[in-house]
Amino acid sequence: MGSSIGAAGSRSESQAKPAAISITLTVNGESRTLSVAPWTTLLDLLRDRLDLTGTKKGCDHGQCGACTVLLDGRRVTSCLTLAVMKDGAEIVTIEGLANGDADALHPLQKAFIEHDAFQCGYCTPGQICSAAGLIAEGRAKTADDIRELMSGNICRCGAYPNIVAAIQEAMDAMGGRR
Amino acid sequence: MNNFAYSRAADVADAVRQIAADRNAKFIAGGTNLIDLMKYDVERPVRLIDITRLPLRAVEETRDGGVRVGALVPNSDLAYHPLIEARYPLLASAILAGASAQLRNMASTGGNLLQRTRCLYFYDTATPCNKREPGSGCSAINGINRTNAILGTSEACIATHPSDMCVALAALEATVHVAGPSGERCIDFADFHRLPGDTPDRDTNLESQEIITAIELPAKGFAENHSYLKIRDRLSYAFALVSVAAALEINGGRIRDARLALGGVAHKPWRDREAEALLQGAVPERTVFAKAADRLLRDAKGYAHNAFKIDLARRAIIRTLAQAANATPQIQSVKKIR
Amino acid sequence: MTSSIGTATSRVDGRAKVTGRAKYAGEFNVPGLAYGAVVMSTITKGRIARIDTTQALKVEGVIDILTHDNRPPMASDDKDYSDDVAPEGGSPFRPLYDDRIRFNRQPIALVLAEDWETARFAATLVQVHYEVEGFATDLHAELERARAVDKPVKPRGDASKALARAALRLSADYLIPAEYHNPMEPFAATVIWDGDGKLTIHDKTQGVQNVQRYVCGIFHLKPDDVRVTSPFVGGAFGSGLRPQYEVVLATLGALKLKRPVRVVLTREEMYGLSYRPMTLERLALGASAEGALDAVMHEAIAMTSRNEDFSRNDTAWAELLYKSSNARYVHKLAALDVVTPADMRAPGAATGVYALECAMDELAVALKLDPLELRLRCYSERDQGSGQPYSSKQLRECYRQGAEAFGWAKRNAAPRSMRDGSELVGWGMATGVWEALQMPFATRILLTANGHVEVSCAATDIGTGTYTVMAQVAADMLGAPVDSITVKLGDSSLPQAQVEGGSWTAASVAHAIANAADDLRKELLALAQTMPNSPLQGLKLDDVVLADGAIAAKGDTRRSIGLADVMRQAGVERIEKERGSDFKEDDKHAHNTHSAVLAEVKVDEELGVIRVTRVVNAVAAGRIINTKTATSQIMGGVVWGIGMALHEEALVDHAFGRVMNANIAEYHVPVNADIHEVKVIFVEEPDSVINPLGIKGVGEIGIVGVAAAVANAVYHATGTRVRDLPITLDKLARPTGSGDLELGQSRAAKQ
Repeated sequence: MGSSIGAAGSRSESQAKPAAISITLTVNGESRTLSVAPWTTLLDLLRDRLDLTGTKKGCDHGQCGACTVLLDGRRVTSCLTLAVMKDGAEIVTIEGLANGDADALHPLQKAFIEHDAFQCGYCTPGQICSAAGLIAEGRAKTADDIRELMSGNICRCGAYPNIVAAIQEAMDAMGGRR
Repeated sequence: MNNFAYSRAADVADAVRQIAADRNAKFIAGGTNLIDLMKYDVERPVRLIDITRLPLRAVEETRDGGVRVGALVPNSDLAYHPLIEARYPLLASAILAGASAQLRNMASTGGNLLQRTRCLYFYDTATPCNKREPGSGCSAINGINRTNAILGTSEACIATHPSDMCVALAALEATVHVAGPSGERCIDFADFHRLPGDTPDRDTNLESQEIITAIELPAKGFAENHSYLKIRDRLSYAFALVSVAAALEINGGRIRDARLALGGVAHKPWRDREAEALLQGAVPERTVFAKAADRLLRDAKGYAHNAFKIDLARRAIIRTLAQAANATPQIQSVKKIR
Repeated sequence: MTSSIGTATSRVDGRAKVTGRAKYAGEFNVPGLAYGAVVMSTITKGRIARIDTTQALKVEGVIDILTHDNRPPMASDDKDYSDDVAPEGGSPFRPLYDDRIRFNRQPIALVLAEDWETARFAATLVQVHYEVEGFATDLHAELERARAVDKPVKPRGDASKALARAALRLSADYLIPAEYHNPMEPFAATVIWDGDGKLTIHDKTQGVQNVQRYVCGIFHLKPDDVRVTSPFVGGAFGSGLRPQYEVVLATLGALKLKRPVRVVLTREEMYGLSYRPMTLERLALGASAEGALDAVMHEAIAMTSRNEDFSRNDTAWAELLYKSSNARYVHKLAALDVVTPADMRAPGAATGVYALECAMDELAVALKLDPLELRLRCYSERDQGSGQPYSSKQLRECYRQGAEAFGWAKRNAAPRSMRDGSELVGWGMATGVWEALQMPFATRILLTANGHVEVSCAATDIGTGTYTVMAQVAADMLGAPVDSITVKLGDSSLPQAQVEGGSWTAASVAHAIANAADDLRKELLALAQTMPNSPLQGLKLDDVVLADGAIAAKGDTRRSIGLADVMRQAGVERIEKERGSDFKEDDKHAHNTHSAVLAEVKVDEELGVIRVTRVVNAVAAGRIINTKTATSQIMGGVVWGIGMALHEEALVDHAFGRVMNANIAEYHVPVNADIHEVKVIFVEEPDSVINPLGIKGVGEIGIVGVAAAVANAVYHATGTRVRDLPITLDKLARPTGSGDLELGQSRAAKQ
């Protein structure tokens, strides 16, 4: 029998909470001024502070893509994004994808339902936001391209073929809209 | 994640001033690796200095025909930049072989160079790791080391550098521009990353008060004959077991210039000038590629689970050189290996 | 009115899921919420000598830190920690109960703070002093100490003797590593302390009533005081069958603080939960030169924890698939210092059938027989264990339709004989089998005078499509459109349900709905017949149907009355009927689902990179309620099977007793680029015996056989047999006879 010390070991750092900083974000078209601690990720800000829980936490380490949102029009993993660094940015989440109209569906949302491109639904908002980013990037021409460029979004239910079909249909429906 | 302070740098001089004032501060740009590591409590900076507002986002031609890439250019912007696509397709391809579309949108050029190893033990604070806690020991040497290094290892560390982009930059002989308290300097890419030796906690030769400002690509881009081939455990979104960047200049049926760099095998992108020299002047064919591969791997050393990498690297080198010679570079979204 | 059952109906919960409005357990933001962060053990076995929380408690915003020393009272009997799915006779793990460390990443403290970031930071400051003990986590080192568990499947004939006499003998060992469920949604619980001793618990679980009983047991609470909901579950695959520790920790926090508490596990913490146990499968087959099986011997040795014996049927699947007069099955468990393993998608079958179907492939090679032809020669019309015929078994048709869709006839039998440029092409096949189970469930139908229908049950939809199939069944039974029906699930206060697992939910809830609908029709008929000049006078229950919002005489829709009229006339605002599934026991048949899986792989000859380019999965699973969602279920199973074959493996460093790839970057599951063409075929399989609607369920069958089909295809492509999963490219390059030799000894001997 030996002894061992776990967790932090000895630390000399202070236990003070970091000072909050005021930032302004445009979230789904609405300007929000918020006081945010530096250690708050965009993901936690959306989910815990703004009650926009459509953006999902799957791994919290950029490994699964469930937290994907559009930041200034580009898809990013919000779990690895510190909110304070994005002062002035424009964020679109799954809740705002259809131009904030609660009853309308974005072509991707329609296509995901039609093609049954999800089962449990937990990776779905990230898949859809990622697909919106993919379409905006305009780089995917083939099914192979879609598969590769959507590989940052893990679907454990295994809906991948349906996800690819849904994205292809939405791309067509959007007529190559950027 | 610890309770760090946050500040923004207004310009490069300010960034250098701020980092010089705080030994335990770190720069943050894309954050894709740093925040990841902070959440695992592996990195514990007392201050993050946000450099994303610095004017380091240009991709521009240099007077001597090269291209200078600002340190803050996102990986995806670089991969899809017309100058890079046209003149340095090897670099574009390597970037697209790495991470995911989301992470490439976030990660910066400078930050890509500063990625830390993905060694399983480095990431787990419950286990000893000389890179994380100098002197605590290397758990990987006698542990799970299937993804670890086969070249340039030491008794202290067998970690690999995880970047794909850097493998291409090594092959292209890029230069790293840095700024520090005593001014600016340039570091050859080959000298930027270090071997572990007995100081595996130091990944690079960047001084603690320096900041990367740009990567400069020389004029020669090997746009005709090149390929980046990445071998991994699934077909996308995984780190390389072995990756190869091959760049050839072929003229009159002979190789006039050759560059060969490997990822996933060492603490830094691995180049071997002697191996490259074997290619120079030769007719591009598999026997010559095999000789170069054997030369490059002559000192390779396998551990309990990663010895397969030696033969895999050999085959991958031969194949990638063939792709480059045939002007049939690997296309990252097509999974059949050409 | 056309039937909804059997159609490709889009998910009724689809809109909620694609708009982000579906709320999962960790997403109920309530005022006063406190956030919990878990501290895990960094050792594998021993005891906690001291936990120093001084530094952590100094962090501004930290409310409290719970450990075994200061937690609220918990029950002291094992039975109070048991649950519907717990192995019998074990001692379930008790979170924060005492100072014992039983496995690595065991939860040992819960930091409660005003926000998540503060809790997470403070958790890193908790210092734990351990007394460390020696431990065992390596199955291979413990094989000799494994004990046989009682299994109901008895031996037939004398397998050893028959094997010894067989014209051809094949024996081989196969290994499946520990695999983690890794649902995309982390385990999470939000526990709301209602002020009067009552708790509302939003938990990620496959069984809300199971969790309710469990929490009541541990904390000696009354069922009326604990309500558990789980309206949406972000994947579970078996990991949510038993209550997990997040619900205990969050409840401890809420009871201690008397305020709402949320605990969301990190991805790493999910590796301190359950998993598919590493299992060594030892197969021995004896056959005649014509391909008749004389003997089947299947021994499984799996890992379990020291406190509970978890095992499932890995070994007796040949009973159901292949004729053989001699068979012997042994299942052994090796107890390790680990958390108890658990059910994971087709538990027992995914692993056991993998081994059986690879062994059958090896046998076919040795016999120089087409592997599909071998299956047909051994085809069994009876469950040989019980001697009973099947309620239905269209496996032959699965083989036929699967082979035709795949183009199997064009296969060249010789390994390494098919290519596509630089790639070797391999075609492999395997059989899948699972049980068609049904369980007691109850549902309630509420009809309101405005024509709206609500169907409810405490069952959960873990992505399986339960919401949708219930709406479809209710629509058909009540003659109403699917979109007029609201389905409520995942609430312990709703009618009784079993956990969602084993592919039994669809059949069970469908019949509960049918029964409740019968009662509803009966009452509506009685009300209608009291109306003056009722056109339904004199009709009996079986003479009337509900259709298009009316009750009508069968075959004569002119004799009908609108339901709204019936209810208005009777002065009834709502009619509510609750019934159970009430299946008749059928002990005269075996009830199973079957499949034929055919896979194409392409393997780069020089580098060993494997791509699964095509999979056909032809499934016979009775009546398919929803062809769209059922196809997705099977497709998902195929993706899982590909992951099992090529990617998934927990890497344990036995020096630490710790999973080292405890994340979802280094623990590989398939990504989009790994999955190409997947074709799902549902073979017609009428079954009037199993239950009135002929439903069998499809949650598990999709994965069974897939890993074997892929592995067999890799062999066909390369001529290299890799028996220890996952088949990574380094194993293809392994010198023959090394590496897999100790685990994968195989020899085919001819007498």
